[in-house]
Amino acid sequence: MTAAATRTRTAPADGAAPPAAPPEGPGPTAARKRHRAWDEVPRWQIYLPLGVYLVFTLVPFYWILLFAVRPAGSTSLLPWPMTTAHFEKVWTERSFGVFFQNSLLIGIAVLVSTTVVALAGGYALARFDFRIKKGFMLALLCSQFVPGALLLVPLFQIFAELRMINSLGSVIIAETVFQLPLSMILISGFIRNVPPSLEEAAWVDGCSRFTAFRIVVLPLLRPGLVAVGSFAFVHAWNHFLFALMFLSSQSKQTIPVGLNTLMGADSVDLGALAAGGVIAAVPVVIVFAFIQKWLVTGFSAGAVKG
Amino acid sequence: MATAVTKPPRAATARGRRRTGATPRRLPYLLIAPAALLMLGFIAYPVLSVFYYSLQHYNPTKPWRNGFAGLDNFTKIFTDDPHFWGTLSFSLKWVVVEVSLQLLLGLALALVVNQTFAGRALGRALVFSPWAVSGVLTSAIWVLLYNSQTGITRYLADLGLGEYGTSPLSDTGTVFWAAIVADLWRGVPFFAILILADLQSIPGDLYEAAEVDGASRLRQFFHITLPHLRDAIVLSTLLRAVWEFNNVDLLYTLTGGGPAGVTTTLPLYVAETSVDAHNFGYASALTTVAFVILLFCSIVYLRLSKFGGDSK
Repeated sequence: MTAAATRTRTAPADGAAPPAAPPEGPGPTAARKRHRAWDEVPRWQIYLPLGVYLVFTLVPFYWILLFAVRPAGSTSLLPWPMTTAHFEKVWTERSFGVFFQNSLLIGIAVLVSTTVVALAGGYALARFDFRIKKGFMLALLCSQFVPGALLLVPLFQIFAELRMINSLGSVIIAETVFQLPLSMILISGFIRNVPPSLEEAAWVDGCSRFTAFRIVVLPLLRPGLVAVGSFAFVHAWNHFLFALMFLSSQSKQTIPVGLNTLMGADSVDLGALAAGGVIAAVPVVIVFAFIQKWLVTGFSAGAVKG
Repeated sequence: MATAVTKPPRAATARGRRRTGATPRRLPYLLIAPAALLMLGFIAYPVLSVFYYSLQHYNPTKPWRNGFAGLDNFTKIFTDDPHFWGTLSFSLKWVVVEVSLQLLLGLALALVVNQTFAGRALGRALVFSPWAVSGVLTSAIWVLLYNSQTGITRYLADLGLGEYGTSPLSDTGTVFWAAIVADLWRGVPFFAILILADLQSIPGDLYEAAEVDGASRLRQFFHITLPHLRDAIVLSTLLRAVWEFNNVDLLYTLTGGGPAGVTTTLPLYVAETSVDAHNFGYASALTTVAFVILLFCSIVYLRLSKFGGDSK
């Protein structure tokens, strides 16, 4: 426990450090130095608020798990005896198996397309001066104010024109587009943190610009790309309106739409709703567990400061 | 940043000639082209068409009225719309309450988990975990919690808090705070994560120096921590405010704008007008108004907070 207590996270050194800095700290000495002033906080001042907040955070999770696994009609507050009946029901009868597949497909496609397109654009913004750069940056920022929900009708018309209504492609494109601006701003920030001299050294050694980027820059961008990619995935997995609007047939719909249908039923089957919710949470929880430690470092590596 | 590299050095070696595909002049344009085209087609064009339709009567179910409307739609919004001012003020109330509570709780949480203590990694992972939960899933969870028969409200009633047989979502007096709590549950981690990231970039010597000078922890917070966090706080509150204003997932699925329309935000109202009532022209005018309000508030906010200025 003492080892855990003296460890701390790397403070990204004033923008110059590549974002690949390991998430765990610069060693006990520096850690103690950085936190010395704050180390004297009485323990109860940490554990009491943390405990209270944890109750608020975890009770809802517990509640949905409880409803998902306890038999219908049971009022027990402990998840025992356990049943998988609700899961079987939503997975087959309520088509969550199909929804799951669709959501996964959309999520992965959005992850890949957002990361690739934003990486190309972010590199241009970070490494070149070109005529429309300022205007383009401004457009990226302004697009943050454009509410996707308010563009439903024109977007619907566009996809109808492209004959893409009721195809997963429409949702993939729409989600990607609304993920792009922020992803590009973040990625260009990460690339700026990689000293250009590293790339130049590779050019001198005879690498093409692309090879130099792939060998030298890309590995250093990993934590940032993981953060941006998981953002895109989680966002696409979670988002609801585009799928609700653009996908009409049951076989094309996604998990959030399915959940909404369960909630909107005349008499809500709470067990099925809870099981559907747990299914909706699983991939997100996995992604979150995987990236959690990179999230904070990924952000601090110049993300907020652009 | 000024360190942009405009072109690779033209090394005259044989291997250097492999960089031929795109000249550095065209390269940046090629690189931003996919993003730019996507954004032109699926953001800029829809936005322009919204502006265009805002000046039109356009309703596919009433084609005989379609045509140029001038400022009719806008006049109607400000003078003759029974829902506009109500939904707008609800939106503003929602955004202000949500963002300020999320910021305060997120800041407090970040300060706590920035300390060194046993079990910190687990503690962080757990308190941050609702960050990734969707609006619809949040609704599903809180529908279960607020259920009048089997929800947590029943057990709270056992303890003497609240009444039996009522759901906070079905009462016009409690629905606002019920929805606020549900959205806080998943919104606080966003601020906590961003602020924690920024806290970690404060040099420790500042606190040491303050300590030497005998500054209390409260003074250290107000004179070191808060000024350092200012830009991050300004930017994250702004992004979050825009996001909360535009976000319809949670309220649409949790309350559906009800009961009796008391939780209908402006975007929800727009969605109803365009999707359910097919009144695209009028909905477009409402969208334009919402857009202008957002832009205006954002500019005022950035000015007032002196974003990017020297922190003291």
